[in-house]
Amino acid sequence: MPITIEHVTHFLSTAAKLINAHRDELTALDAAIGDADHGANLDRGFAAVLARLPTVADKDIGTVLKTTGMTIVSTVGGASGPLYGTAFVRAGMALADRHEIGADDVVLALEAALDGIVARGKAQRGEKTIVDALAPAIDALRAALAAGQPLGRATQAAAAAVYAGAQATIPMLAMKGRASYLGERSIGHQDPGATSTAYILQALAMVCNHNEEGA
Amino acid sequence: MIGLLIVSHSARLAEGVQEFVSQISSGQIPIVAAGGASDGSLGTSVERILTGLEQLRSVDGILALVDLGSAVMSVETALEQFTGPPVQISNAPLVEGAYLAAVEATQPEATLEEVAAAALQARELIKVFE
Repeated sequence: MPITIEHVTHFLSTAAKLINAHRDELTALDAAIGDADHGANLDRGFAAVLARLPTVADKDIGTVLKTTGMTIVSTVGGASGPLYGTAFVRAGMALADRHEIGADDVVLALEAALDGIVARGKAQRGEKTIVDALAPAIDALRAALAAGQPLGRATQAAAAAVYAGAQATIPMLAMKGRASYLGERSIGHQDPGATSTAYILQALAMVCNHNEEGA
Repeated sequence: MIGLLIVSHSARLAEGVQEFVSQISSGQIPIVAAGGASDGSLGTSVERILTGLEQLRSVDGILALVDLGSAVMSVETALEQFTGPPVQISNAPLVEGAYLAAVEATQPEATLEEVAAAALQARELIKVFE
């Protein structure tokens, strides 16, 4: 069963709900090694996205994702604004004019999102950032699909990998962003950006899985 | 003519740097403050930065001076949507860099490269002589 605009909208509203539910946790993680605004910032951004979604409901998937990115850029005041904004805009560019997509397109969009985040933040794996959660999640998704698993199961594998990736940031020394100013004191804390990425990919897995069960 | 864009997480800090630096440039060069998140709280805003860049559209080049964290990424994101004169983001500390940039920019015919180089000298500025 292909993924349509309804699924993408459902994914975004589910991500918004998860970010809202974990808002205080994300802000607390950011308070430890950053500037204590990650949860509040992202929650505001996704709330703005939800308000904008009806205006693009009749458009293609690429337009919806690009609009999501532009809305996040214009409403999120921390580093997560340009980073997640660029990620969604790039994913939208990868799916321009598409009304239906399959598993390979999901991989393509996530790869474009990761490339955007790497280009914007100039981060590599192991630097205690979103990249440490998103990159292994895409690896897991690709591997599961290559092993013949359906997209729902494969995105669950990605969701497991994204959590493991977020937790793996705990012993890392922060090399990017505000946390890097803490030096050694950044060790022992989970990266807030990697954690919010885990919730966003969990939303993707929930929607893809629900889609397959309903098929 | 070179313009300066002052980007800080704090709107008041950006305005303060603008005020401080405008004094030595005596209004000879345009200096625009683009601080704070879109709702005025602490943060940086791509929209506010774009608005600031648009205000400087008529200059020959813009040097953006930033504080830290997301300020650089927000300026880079804004630049992808800006079609005006060339913009450089300075690696200099905000206050001292803006000050030295403004001194250089008030020289007649100062280029963006010259103003950017002057700002970078702030990294070696010695304040306390022992």
